[in-house]
Amino acid sequence: MARCPRLHIPHPPARPGDQPDFGCVAISPAGEVERPEVNSKVQDMAGLAERMVRVLDEQHAAVGPWHPHLDDRDLHVALRHMAVTRAFDERMLRMQRQGGISFYMQCKGEEAVSVAAAMALRPGDMLFPSYRNQGLHLARGRSPAELMCQCLSNSKDMCRGRQMPVMYHWAGGNIFSVSGNLATQFPQAVGWAMASAIRGEDAVAAAWLGEGSTAAADFHHALTFAAVYQAPAVLNVVNNQWAISTFQGFAGGERRTFAARGLGYGVASLRVDGNDFLAVYAATLWAAERARRGHGPTLIEHVTHRAGAHSTSDDPSRYRPRNEFESWPLGDPLERLKQHMVQCGDWSAARHEALEAEAKQLVDACWEEALTHGSMTEGPFLDKSELFEDVFKDIPAHLAAQREQLRSMDGGRDA
Amino acid sequence: MPRMNMVQAVNSAMDLMLARDPNVVVLGEDVGYFGGVFRCTEGLQRKHGEHRVVDAPIAEGGIIGCAIGMGVHGLRPVAEIQFADYIYPGYDQIVSELARLRYRTGGDFFAPVTIRAPCGGGIRGGQTHSQSPEGVFTHVCGLKVVMPSNPYDAKGLLISAIEDDDPVIFFEPKRIYNGPFYGDPEKPAVAWGAHPKGEVPEDHYTVPIGRAEIVQEGGEVTILCYGTMVHVAQATAALTGADAEIVDVRSMIPLDVEVLQRSVQKTGRCLIVHEATRFSGFGAELSATVQETCFHYLEAPILRVCGWDTPYPHAFEWEYFPGQRRLAAALAEVLSA
Repeated sequence: MARCPRLHIPHPPARPGDQPDFGCVAISPAGEVERPEVNSKVQDMAGLAERMVRVLDEQHAAVGPWHPHLDDRDLHVALRHMAVTRAFDERMLRMQRQGGISFYMQCKGEEAVSVAAAMALRPGDMLFPSYRNQGLHLARGRSPAELMCQCLSNSKDMCRGRQMPVMYHWAGGNIFSVSGNLATQFPQAVGWAMASAIRGEDAVAAAWLGEGSTAAADFHHALTFAAVYQAPAVLNVVNNQWAISTFQGFAGGERRTFAARGLGYGVASLRVDGNDFLAVYAATLWAAERARRGHGPTLIEHVTHRAGAHSTSDDPSRYRPRNEFESWPLGDPLERLKQHMVQCGDWSAARHEALEAEAKQLVDACWEEALTHGSMTEGPFLDKSELFEDVFKDIPAHLAAQREQLRSMDGGRDA
Repeated sequence: MPRMNMVQAVNSAMDLMLARDPNVVVLGEDVGYFGGVFRCTEGLQRKHGEHRVVDAPIAEGGIIGCAIGMGVHGLRPVAEIQFADYIYPGYDQIVSELARLRYRTGGDFFAPVTIRAPCGGGIRGGQTHSQSPEGVFTHVCGLKVVMPSNPYDAKGLLISAIEDDDPVIFFEPKRIYNGPFYGDPEKPAVAWGAHPKGEVPEDHYTVPIGRAEIVQEGGEVTILCYGTMVHVAQATAALTGADAEIVDVRSMIPLDVEVLQRSVQKTGRCLIVHEATRFSGFGAELSATVQETCFHYLEAPILRVCGWDTPYPHAFEWEYFPGQRRLAAALAEVLSA
């Protein structure tokens, strides 16, 4: 009988009721992967796209050529940022469940990806985040209260009530706006990086997207333009295994790593343990240095796991095993950095408990502060006429007329 | 005063802006070394350098996406989309990103990007080199959309667009790049040299975005049109002897309602002409605006002459193109009602 092609439908290794199985995730032993010079040729370090840059070993020691040798103070700062990020997430998730905000997206399990990158990059470097990078804001020194005001669409919302929760931006902190249309920030980051090179500046652009979004055309546009112009950009794929309900195989991850995609474009590519703070830090620093010295862009795949739901609008127990995160072979980024610091003798369970309490206290105080600027139901509110501002720099006649029409309506609401 | 065709006029605008403002950059497919498939960027790379006039990969989404990032960094990118028909791969970047960036960030970020795109038919371009997609951009809030009908306006409007802090889609009707076109392909081509709007100052000047122009005064009927159709309308009015007031809309967003309104209130009749397809075309917006502002002055139903609601054909180009016969018939109808 003649054979005919059969459509291959990728299936995740485990669905609800199954034992979690991450046997398909290739993991290199910590310290094993070489660290090339930042000016190395792409073809001479292709293996880095398949193996995995890891610094923290199973005994929580920092080993190998990628060990960034951060001092204790930096590690304290890192741990604190990650703890605050987690406490912030927990609080906001709870507030969404109680109806205080309309929507939320946690980054639980992925804290190192953002916090380490923000610490490795310079303040003048421009960040183009996705929706799970709140750690970038917190690590760059933004008060959680300001992020909360955005989630509340209150009178201090930096988006002036125009965006769903978590679509933050921070012009003063060089963090670009989050778009709900995925991957669009990737070519924008490359364009920013090109502008930096055109102007002869040494600032680099960094961007993040999920492995699912690597299927989008914008990902490929970004890689093409970055490669063609050798743009000083650090392009991060956060492979957290899940795009809502579809596992990474649906973005094409079954046979090659996401990092390996960079090689086809001639872009330096690293695959990194995304739950290893020190590895993410070292890889980002390496890529930023490479970009800054004019050796071109780098694609970094951060192998991590989305511990929580995609957003508050989905229930992951409908599409994956409930206890998946506990089985994730690369562990919890916070716990791993903590254990490393304990092992170094500079940290203790008691100190960590105190840090967690402090983070929770900070977040609680910030929430109270944010509410003083208004909530979804209590004022102060944004002025309704702001609805018509910022569509253009100046308000054209047709919008001015519509603004008048709204003003003339008692209360302004049409319902 | 120097005489220029529309290609030279847009070239002059970019040349001048590249020289005046170090933040202006030009990017697009074939715009650099070669000078553009329509020659609009000829000589600009040689004069201003490879970092200012940049050849781009064939990826409109990448061109627009990168232009946005450049704009956020403080540059003023002028992106060329080789044919307006090719703009759709960049549509998401234009609609979801470029148009709304200022709004979604409460004014904290914006990208002053100008997108140039040759549009319109009459060049045997078939369905992929003839479209007039202005209507799919005028429906997007946050974009300014303009289409000049002559070299003088082309340069002045393009300078305005580049200097504007809002994104501007700048459509160039390619049929009239080299000369005005009156709708009859059998007649010998006419150059811009003899046309008064072919006189274009070498220096900096602007034609403000948001202003329509009355190109011909008249008392019996107002013809609202833009781009190539301005010339077809003028020729048809001359042919039929209609006492038509011809308004070159020029800027679709913002729309100069005042000039439209004043004209139709004076004439009491209105004919709307565009080359783009009719259904949900920009003419529908013009028609609604006239109806809302001039209803009590109207002596006849507002009529539209547009491209048929089909893809732009190759073999039957001149059956598709709204030429003098269709315009004349519509004029007769609107005047007899």
